[in-house]
Amino acid sequence: MTSPARTASDSAAGTIRLTLTVNGDVLTADRVPPGISLLTALREHFDLPGSKNACEQGECGSCTLYLDGEPVCSCLVAAGQAQGREVRTVEGLAAAEGVPGAVQQAFIECGAVQCGFCTPGLIVAVDALVRRDVELDDAVVREELAGNLCRCTGYEKIIDAVRVAARHVREVAA
Amino acid sequence: MSDTSARCIPSQGRGSLTGAWGNGTPGGGVGDSPRRPDAAGKVLGTFTYASDLRAEGMLHGATLRSPHPRALIRRLDTAPALAMPGVRAVLTHEDVPGRKHYGLIVQDCPVLAIDEVRYQGEPVAIVAADDADTARRAAQAIVVDYVVFEPITDLRRAVFDPACPRVHERGAVAGHDNVVRHQPVRRGRPHDPRIRALADVEITREYEVGMQDQAFLGPEAGLALPAPDGGVDLHVATQWLHADREQIAPCLGLPEEKVRMALSGVGGAFGGREDLSVQIHAAMLALRTGRPVRMTYDRRESFFGHVHRHPALMRYTHGARSDGTLVYVIAELLLDGGAYASTTEAVVGNAASLGIGPYEVEHVAVDAYGAYTNNPPCGAMRGFGAVQACFAYESQMDAVAEALGIDPLEIRARNAVKQGSTLATGQLIDSPAPLAEMFARLREMPLPDEPDPGALQPGGYGNTTHGEGVRRGVGYGVGIKNICYSAGFDDYSTARVTLSAKQGEPVAIVHTAAAEVGQGLVTVQGQIARTELGVENATVAQADTRVGSSGSSSASRQSYVTGGAVKAACEAVRELVLERARAHGIAVPDDARLGGGKLLTSQGEPLADLTQILGAETLEATREYRHRETGPLDRLTGQGSSHVQFAFAVHRAVVDVDVELGLIRVVRLDLVQDVGRILNRQALEGQLQGGTAQGLGLALLEEIVTQDGKIRNPSFTDYLIPTILDMPPLGMEILEHPDPAAPYGLRGAGEPPTLSSTPAIAAAVRAATGLPLNRVPIRPEHIALADRRADPRVGANREVIDV
Repeated sequence: MTSPARTASDSAAGTIRLTLTVNGDVLTADRVPPGISLLTALREHFDLPGSKNACEQGECGSCTLYLDGEPVCSCLVAAGQAQGREVRTVEGLAAAEGVPGAVQQAFIECGAVQCGFCTPGLIVAVDALVRRDVELDDAVVREELAGNLCRCTGYEKIIDAVRVAARHVREVAA
Repeated sequence: MSDTSARCIPSQGRGSLTGAWGNGTPGGGVGDSPRRPDAAGKVLGTFTYASDLRAEGMLHGATLRSPHPRALIRRLDTAPALAMPGVRAVLTHEDVPGRKHYGLIVQDCPVLAIDEVRYQGEPVAIVAADDADTARRAAQAIVVDYVVFEPITDLRRAVFDPACPRVHERGAVAGHDNVVRHQPVRRGRPHDPRIRALADVEITREYEVGMQDQAFLGPEAGLALPAPDGGVDLHVATQWLHADREQIAPCLGLPEEKVRMALSGVGGAFGGREDLSVQIHAAMLALRTGRPVRMTYDRRESFFGHVHRHPALMRYTHGARSDGTLVYVIAELLLDGGAYASTTEAVVGNAASLGIGPYEVEHVAVDAYGAYTNNPPCGAMRGFGAVQACFAYESQMDAVAEALGIDPLEIRARNAVKQGSTLATGQLIDSPAPLAEMFARLREMPLPDEPDPGALQPGGYGNTTHGEGVRRGVGYGVGIKNICYSAGFDDYSTARVTLSAKQGEPVAIVHTAAAEVGQGLVTVQGQIARTELGVENATVAQADTRVGSSGSSSASRQSYVTGGAVKAACEAVRELVLERARAHGIAVPDDARLGGGKLLTSQGEPLADLTQILGAETLEATREYRHRETGPLDRLTGQGSSHVQFAFAVHRAVVDVDVELGLIRVVRLDLVQDVGRILNRQALEGQLQGGTAQGLGLALLEEIVTQDGKIRNPSFTDYLIPTILDMPPLGMEILEHPDPAAPYGLRGAGEPPTLSSTPAIAAAVRAATGLPLNRVPIRPEHIALADRRADPRVGANREVIDV
């Protein structure tokens, strides 16, 4: 892992320059406080507020994103730890600008969105789930998504969305 | 909003702060399930929630909160905070420009503590700084010298002990005793020995409900922008913009028109956003610094930053004949309102008037009390006073059934209200109350198979059992909930609807101040406009205070009241269309209607295109809608027709319990609910599923644990809400028996399932364990350690234990 790059002026202020590959683009933010999370860095310094700040201690999964291809809670990753790495957020799962991708479309169709605050994290978690080569029976879906809290839906329509999303994604892959 | 809102930065790809919710999928009238107009933004991550708001030159606000539940403030020194680089303002109660107190019903809550704090987490001072971290550190740098007193935390003592010190010895309601409201309900002669003698069985039990948190996922947040006219523009996540403004403006010393509010994206509410949180504080900081200020709570602060569901101590006595007919019910309900009144007054009204449930009983004495203590303040949460009572009266119905050897559904059926019944308050139920049909439908729903050795066991992936100590139980719960605001409240909504031709298509725009909090109201408003105006394209504008009040997104009331307002405004616009058509020389029959973008005869023959009739004109109408009047409950007898409409839900729960370890798995829940008329099945199902989940949480998981007035579990690590693994599949039967008094015949639907799922699950766990289990949430030790304790409540809930 690369160590946080510090410029002379940045280190004087105790901040870092953070460079990430976000949704395919190499982006840099200056004057990032080193103690903040990757979630806060994305939201406040990269203008990417899609990942959500519901608990900020790794319990709710609302901030889930891909870090080097692995779904993680971005509130548990220090901004500096992500230096030079590849990040894919909910914003990067669109089919095109403003056009929902397969998992996103499934959530819309199935009514799996109410207040929507858990949705970005769930979209990433479900994207990761349906792309894995596992049988998506009820028990597997529930175990895999147990790290994502939703307060509105009671989860039934999220399970519906997983099935629809899996069909879309796996048809395309097949 | 004033033109200052242009200074808000809608970041790339994000929706404009003042724009519409989005066009969504065109089409979809009343009865359809069109896609939510805000769904695309929410799945793409581009929908702007309050905590996503930003503005150029924005400062960050932070709040210093009291660490003590009861203390006097001897000295408050803000100098160390002000001296920190990057700090722009540090404000205390002395800086509140106007009225120093606010509140939804009683103005007893200080904007910032005045010489005294009454609960742990009470705001003492606020800070604005260049970044959030500096603001937080500056708040901690403020020096407060407290004289700490023993907090008043014993609810029973607060209500009944005249020697108990008063929570409000000083302040806005100085000298008020600790009882916020006592509401009796009296019917018949329940204390008359001759009446008591009619009962073959009498059951007296005490019940307790823990303090539940709304636990909405989107934290409290808002952005305040100072305006050139000396006013302020506020973008916030709330449930009722106009009630916020009524409280905010006097505290800021501003006329209401200088406090312009717009609804930002709301990440769930469930009652927890009825009371103010960041609103006045952010506005004070913005007005003082002349810069935009955003305040966002983190999860820990959120637990202190909003009111919770009242914890309750309840004592019920039921007398019944041997055939199960209830003869009398005597009930006492104590509700802990904590330090400030919030909506306690109305919560007590519900607990009293709905306190014996959906049953016909001739002899009733209910006494409901709401109290001040130094515990965390409590107010609105989904179910609002009816939830606590439902756990107790349904547990009683099971106890009576068991004592008499009667089937639990049968005893409910024998006593259930129906259309034409009179409640204990004397109110007539004058619209369908199809409980008998609901019980029959529930009976017909299939039960799951006996425990499957291959299925997940209690304890889940912890692999704590192979099934040897696992017992299955089945239980039932029935709830009655009032819909809309009660007791004479002027409960109205306002809608403005415009119709014009755009690009050769008739387009309706609906503008209300009603808060979309996740429930899907924004979808339903568009559906109503499409149906009433016969157009495909109906857009809902962002809710703000440029239009009149819509009332609160509470009490399952928005489809009813704002739905009614949108319908009325559309009908007025339709009249304008007909007038204009006649002015164009079209012979318009009196029963003409709109459909498919055309003016039609009642037989559906087209008379003209709407676009032709409209031309370049925009037709606009604003209407207020009021439901029928209600009256107060008599102060001494509790008699009165205080409610607008009643809604009913019945749940059946099937649980597997590891009786050795006390671990519970809910295997299945089934629900029958009457909704009058389905406006949007998909959104409705989401409400019933989500409401059921929150009832499950109260039954088994959710409690804010306090000790000496202090919250011990202010995090999602220690306050557990149901995960996808905790929720079983939910079977649903939705009945449609229209209420002729309501728009489209609808019946409010969001709250009732939250009432009934809790007692159903508790009953199922009792059936599996044989234990009395008179307290929710039921924790593992209440089962695993039960036989070692004379009273299963002793020692309960003094430790935070993960289930």
